[in-house]
Amino acid sequence: MIVLEKRPAPSRGWALATPVLAVLATMVVGGLLFAALGKDPVLAIRTIFWDPLFGDFASYTRPQLLIKAGPLILIAIGLSFGFRAGIWNIGAEGQYVLGALTGAAVGLAFYPSESRLIFPLMVLAGALGGMAWALIPALLKVRFGTNEILVSLMLVYVATNLLAYAALGPLQNPEGMGFPGSRNLAQWPAAANLDLLPGTGVHWGVVAAGLAVIAAYILLSRHVFGFAVRLAGQSPRAAAFAGVSPSGLVYACMAISGALAGLAGVFEVTGPAGQISIDFNVSYGFTAIIVAFLGRLHPVGILLAGLLMALTYIGGEMAQTQLGLPAAAVQLFQGMLLFFLLAMDLLTTYRLRLGHQRVTATRPVATQPHPAGGTR
Amino acid sequence: MDLSGISPILLLASLMVASTPILLAALGELVVERAGILNLGVEGMMITGAITGFATAVATGSPVLGFLGAAAGGAALSVLFAVLVLWLKSNQVATGLALTLFGLGLASLVGQSYNGIRAPEMADITIPVLSELPVLGPILFQHDWVVYLGLALVAAVWWFLRTQAGLTLRAVGENHEAAHALGYKVLRLRFFAILFGGACAGLGGAYLSLVRVPQWTEGVTAGAGWIALAIVVFASWRPLRLLLGAWLFGGISVLQLNLQAANVPVPVEVLSMAPYVITILVLVLISSGRGRAALAAPGSLGQPFHASR
Amino acid sequence: MKLNRRTLLASGATAATLATLGLPVRAQEGPLKVGFIYVGPIGDGGWTYQHDQGRLAVEEHFGDAVETIYQESVPEGADAERAITQMVLSGAKLIFTTSFGYMDPTVNVATQFPDVRFEHATGYKTAPNLAVYDARFYEGRAVIGTIAGRMTKTNKIGYIGSFPIPEVIQGINSSFIHARKVNPDVEMVVIWAYTWFDPAKEADAAKAMIEQGVDVILQHTDSTAPQAAAQEAGNVFTFGQASDMEAFKPTPRISSIIDNWGPYYIQRIQAVLDGTWESQSFWGGIAEGEVLIGEITEAVPAEVKAEAEALRDQIASKAYHPFTGPLNKQDGSVWLAEGQVATDEELRGLNFYVEGIAGEIPS
Repeated sequence: MIVLEKRPAPSRGWALATPVLAVLATMVVGGLLFAALGKDPVLAIRTIFWDPLFGDFASYTRPQLLIKAGPLILIAIGLSFGFRAGIWNIGAEGQYVLGALTGAAVGLAFYPSESRLIFPLMVLAGALGGMAWALIPALLKVRFGTNEILVSLMLVYVATNLLAYAALGPLQNPEGMGFPGSRNLAQWPAAANLDLLPGTGVHWGVVAAGLAVIAAYILLSRHVFGFAVRLAGQSPRAAAFAGVSPSGLVYACMAISGALAGLAGVFEVTGPAGQISIDFNVSYGFTAIIVAFLGRLHPVGILLAGLLMALTYIGGEMAQTQLGLPAAAVQLFQGMLLFFLLAMDLLTTYRLRLGHQRVTATRPVATQPHPAGGTR
Repeated sequence: MDLSGISPILLLASLMVASTPILLAALGELVVERAGILNLGVEGMMITGAITGFATAVATGSPVLGFLGAAAGGAALSVLFAVLVLWLKSNQVATGLALTLFGLGLASLVGQSYNGIRAPEMADITIPVLSELPVLGPILFQHDWVVYLGLALVAAVWWFLRTQAGLTLRAVGENHEAAHALGYKVLRLRFFAILFGGACAGLGGAYLSLVRVPQWTEGVTAGAGWIALAIVVFASWRPLRLLLGAWLFGGISVLQLNLQAANVPVPVEVLSMAPYVITILVLVLISSGRGRAALAAPGSLGQPFHASR
Repeated sequence: MKLNRRTLLASGATAATLATLGLPVRAQEGPLKVGFIYVGPIGDGGWTYQHDQGRLAVEEHFGDAVETIYQESVPEGADAERAITQMVLSGAKLIFTTSFGYMDPTVNVATQFPDVRFEHATGYKTAPNLAVYDARFYEGRAVIGTIAGRMTKTNKIGYIGSFPIPEVIQGINSSFIHARKVNPDVEMVVIWAYTWFDPAKEADAAKAMIEQGVDVILQHTDSTAPQAAAQEAGNVFTFGQASDMEAFKPTPRISSIIDNWGPYYIQRIQAVLDGTWESQSFWGGIAEGEVLIGEITEAVPAEVKAEAEALRDQIASKAYHPFTGPLNKQDGSVWLAEGQVATDEELRGLNFYVEGIAGEIPS
């Protein structure tokens, strides 16, 4: 009988090897799926994984990868602090929406001013809006002990309804022929989040994502806050002895994740999306949760995971237009990739052994929430 | 404005029907969460059930077999989740989200050859004598059998949670370490709970594709799985309150549409977000009020379990 | 939009860089490549399904002379611009973007690639290489409004609206005007679903109407759920929307309005092949074959059927316009004088009910 044995420390070798193995496994199984659909499996896999990076139009698709990955990375970085400390914000989708809403609302209040201050003001408002939305579950958790997973999830639904309300009501474009949706912010120079490198579409959100990765890396490895976060995740008791305030940690982690999600929202609404519309949110907030875990809550890991997700999105689109692959097959393929990645993570923290389980001294402290096996 | 057009009896009767899919899915999720597992993949399992149920019903011509197929389909998808979460120790939140993605893709791929086909019809079962009752008759006793099945399942789960097996399940959900120390088979119990959750979600999905629409169209569940998740929380993990929650969440939508039909201007978005706000308030109340331990979320909800001995 | 340096940079620079980078926009050899961007999945059985039927009609008509590519479920907004650009890069010379929300993304991409032709459905922004096209669904609504007015026994007709946009308001007005013409006692009950597709909600909306005495339901949402709700209620009639919804013949579905994009797509692709393509703003209806009235089933009495078909033919021959005066606005003020016909411009911005409809359009 095969049994699992917890490793004393996560294996470095496996940590690097499992993502590669998972991608390979997905290629094999996905290839079989594509073949079953009557498509050339090698060509399909090549289109998804190779062409966006090195294909004929790579000079267009490479920056597009950054644009797609930007919000995912930004949000996932924010979430990773809380996830490390055992604080579960799964409502980033709602904070993303609120960031876009408050950012757009503040900007549109000054329409059609041409002031240079408007864009920075909108960015600030977006970050604050996302932060405020995330602080609701934080406050309720600290004051009443409510479960932040559930409150933050409920607030996603409230946020999407607010979005619909705004798109049909207060933020609706008065010149939009009655269609739901706000003015196009990308076409209003004072509010537009324009290309930083002309012609690439790379905007401030991408820069912010890059900065967030660096900041998170420094914070986690060099700063006392990073220490508190890691300690709280490993042993809340030890953290308390070390003087880490549990409620302070809740507020801090939720505020950071909310602010970064809000930033992602405001950069998206002023740039690639251009306007507030009913279906403005395309699940970046939920996908970012997956990205955070795929990246093992490590800033560099998140960077790579975000890029990998973006690759499957863009490669998947190319496979649709060029090979006529149904969108559903691409979705299925993505789901498969995530499953393999999540499943193989096991090898990083556990060792497979033949024989019977034996009593070990590595029993985890089980009285407090723990992140998944692969994260410690 | 003409409120006299709204008949409370008919309103409640359509509520029973409107709430059935979310009730079924939420009931399954309730059992899963009671066992300490958070499965966010309800939407994916629902839509998988919607297509497998539809395909089975079309192939066999029998709606009953269709619902069986739906339960099987939902449960089959949940096995994936169970294996990943229970034995491969993957994170529940991320795995559940991936399951939704996978399920939506799978369902629309399988469904491609079922566009435009109609499902075999299902008759209402009017329960003799009872259906003749004034008021209660039309509200409760003139529906199709799945509505009754939903209610029966609520009662069954309510009863089950009081049996020895149910207490064991709850113990596992409250504190899996302690349950394990007592010799309970934590993983096995959770596996069956997840399977039940998948089957229920599948039934809920099939109610949409076989009764309410009744046709296969992509995206037929349109977010019902997410509402089911909210209802479980609203109900504070109690089966009878679950019924209340399903009626509230289904009822707001039905009421809103009825008010519109009666020409009452309604703030649609405000009404639609109301149940979620209420759910948060309920959460706050049960977390801060007395008897907190008895009402709050299952203690081990969302945590991984590794038997180290 | 104000032009200044920043916007010039934004739009002009992209085109320039893409051109100077020498991106190998795939050379045109052999068949003309035509792209379609869909907002929903092909399997939605409604809006996107009908556009894809149009694409299939193109493939059948042109055979090897034309190659079509498509992408489903493209979200309106950020992802649309990339999807359209990728189609251009993979060699498409004519691209149909089939939802209102693709308007600005289509404009952006069209500015960057002046030698590729674009056609945007239901929008209003044009450019030398960007045409817009739409269908006069209100013409079809006039025909089924006539049938509805004749078929209702309770004199209550229901209309499930999606969003309060001009297209839907045209439909409500047109069906009401023509129902009233044949039945002066008719009332219209409107429910806004705020969705194009949500079966459960549509079913609930239909039920709410039926419970309040409505016995003929028109829908501007795409699922068959209202049909099923009507069937269950019995004695309630419905009409197919977007697609024929023939699975619900002969009752409750007694006729339908079918979006038929094939003729337009074939005509425009032919124009590109002939080198005669020009930007335009096209709004076709029954006459152009873009709006079809589906089979009127035997549940409809022969004389009503004849009456509806006569109206359809009159509209087709342009002898009659569904919005012909005298017509008053909801508040009683005059909209169209005797014999006056609404202009296209007025209809494109229509934001009021005609006299006789109760209730307010939400804003």
